[in-house]
Amino acid sequence: MDKVKVGIIGTGNIGTDLLMKIRRSKVLKCEIFAGWNPDSKGIQLARRMGIATTSESIRYIQNNPGCCDIVFDATSAKSHLYHAPILKELGKFTLDMTPAHVGKFCVPVVNLSEALDQDNVNLVTCGGQATVPLAYAISRVAQVEYLEVVATIASKSAGKGTRDNIDEFTQTTKDALIEVGGIKRAKAIIVLNPAEPPITMRNTIYAIINNPDMGKIRQAVGEMEQEIRKYVPGYRVILGPVLENGRVTTSIEVTGSGDFLPQYAGNLDIITCAAVRIAEKYAMEKMGRME
Amino acid sequence: MSGIKFIDATLRDGNHALKQQISTDTVEKYCRGMDGSGVEAVIVGHGNGLGASSLQVGLALETDEDLLGTARKSLRSTKLGAYLIPGFGTIKDDIDPALDIGVDLFKIGCHCTEADTTRQHIEYVKFMDKTAYGILMMYHLATTDRVLEEAKKMQSYGADGVILMDSAGASTPELVKSTVCSLVEALDIEVGFHAHNNLGLAVANTYIAVQEGATIIDGTLRGLGAGAGNCPIEAVAALLQKEQYDLGLNLYQLFDVSKEIVAPLMNPPLSGLDDISIVSGMAGVFSAFKVHVINASREFKVDPRDIFMELGRQKVVAGQEDKIVEIAEKLQKGEIRR
Repeated sequence: MDKVKVGIIGTGNIGTDLLMKIRRSKVLKCEIFAGWNPDSKGIQLARRMGIATTSESIRYIQNNPGCCDIVFDATSAKSHLYHAPILKELGKFTLDMTPAHVGKFCVPVVNLSEALDQDNVNLVTCGGQATVPLAYAISRVAQVEYLEVVATIASKSAGKGTRDNIDEFTQTTKDALIEVGGIKRAKAIIVLNPAEPPITMRNTIYAIINNPDMGKIRQAVGEMEQEIRKYVPGYRVILGPVLENGRVTTSIEVTGSGDFLPQYAGNLDIITCAAVRIAEKYAMEKMGRME
Repeated sequence: MSGIKFIDATLRDGNHALKQQISTDTVEKYCRGMDGSGVEAVIVGHGNGLGASSLQVGLALETDEDLLGTARKSLRSTKLGAYLIPGFGTIKDDIDPALDIGVDLFKIGCHCTEADTTRQHIEYVKFMDKTAYGILMMYHLATTDRVLEEAKKMQSYGADGVILMDSAGASTPELVKSTVCSLVEALDIEVGFHAHNNLGLAVANTYIAVQEGATIIDGTLRGLGAGAGNCPIEAVAALLQKEQYDLGLNLYQLFDVSKEIVAPLMNPPLSGLDDISIVSGMAGVFSAFKVHVINASREFKVDPRDIFMELGRQKVVAGQEDKIVEIAEKLQKGEIRR
């Protein structure tokens, strides 16, 4: 079976983790791994794996437009604002891993099919990928007055992009809870914890619900957990949903597959697995049409 | 003049002790009382700063805008300050509106190892020509070299000073001495200290910080603040005055506001040096977790001190209040041993 060619811009934690996952894909093949820094850890690793690399970032794709059909942009929100129109002009199906929110949000378990018609799809944030599905599940069985998520990640797993974009992270996560999760009023908080050994990515979802039917909520959360585990095997509810101190509280942990960073960095997997799932679906449809 | 500045965090850290219920009425009376007292700035808002009113930390009685707007009207010669922790609040949603209200000074805080998350915010505040202090919270959890490295980052972003927050009140006098000394020697900007009293050392540690060259004292009237409370400004000011420091403070004015406005607010079951606050200091856990630990201990019928000790073992940082519920539930089920 042929594979659809992809390019990755950004050779940090997210870009490199994507590369590792795409190597295992039956329908995607990474043709170019592009950054600015020729000595980044990610680029060195890609070179050792025999992947074509460049330190010309997006310019390489502009100069070699035939190198790929799908582009993953794992740079920063600021850079993506510059990249997005270029990639649109080149006709690339673009998966934006930054919180720039140029294109429509996609959280595959909720709205995968809508993403495939777009030219630019935004992957929200790691916290958004982890919590929007549960917000969506809960809001379908309960009248949610307010919902809040707290994402806690290990310092070591937060690269420069995450740190530089901390405002965009909270803003974009909140927006996705409303737009995709169907919540009226929402808030997102992010916390970095430097403890050693590093902590596993953890998210808590608090919901204010009048007279919650806890049986229904538990069932909805359990079913959604199983759906997410189909593409993020390390996703697991560790607390609740439990009604305590007037709020419905659910905590989840995401253990990574340890592709680039060790298993604690589930925040990489939750967003890279989602992006790969969208790209694979797109690739299959594309090849289906070609046949 | 001794060059020592007092930053008054009563209406911010005190909000933790009052479950984020400080009213605009209190803010108005307090600011009127403190204006012209000689403190550099009065910091106003939610305990975790702008944008932090939440189920995680506590919903505030009043909006940030109402609290700051009220304070602005009542402060003339004393500066109005606000606190912001990136990850809770943002430039767009919180710093911009605060600038519109007329906030003069911003404290931008983060866990002591994460200074690069404050770059955007410190640079922005400086660009807007306001005073910006970088805050390193829970500094007892990192090595002195690491704290210095992070403080230097804040200096490079343009911060006017760096304030160490002993958020858990876990500092020994030796740690205060060595950390403040190393920052004062290596930085070109001011160094400050924000104490908590979990081990009964808030005044002593603040005094040591000053002896080592700190020029910003960050405290609260009567020590009103998270956990066991903060360094009482009036007490440390009296001590320094006794030691011949010329502080430019109107001590009687501070005493009067403390007695007439702060004392009636104080909530005995939540403040003071009780067993739960001491355990919080021993475990090195963020002081403001106390309210949530007590709530969870009631909900899950477990000992609040056990929750604190486990939080300490897991090295949780500010903003991780959700761990409290998880640990309480595990203690109840016997999945965590005491």
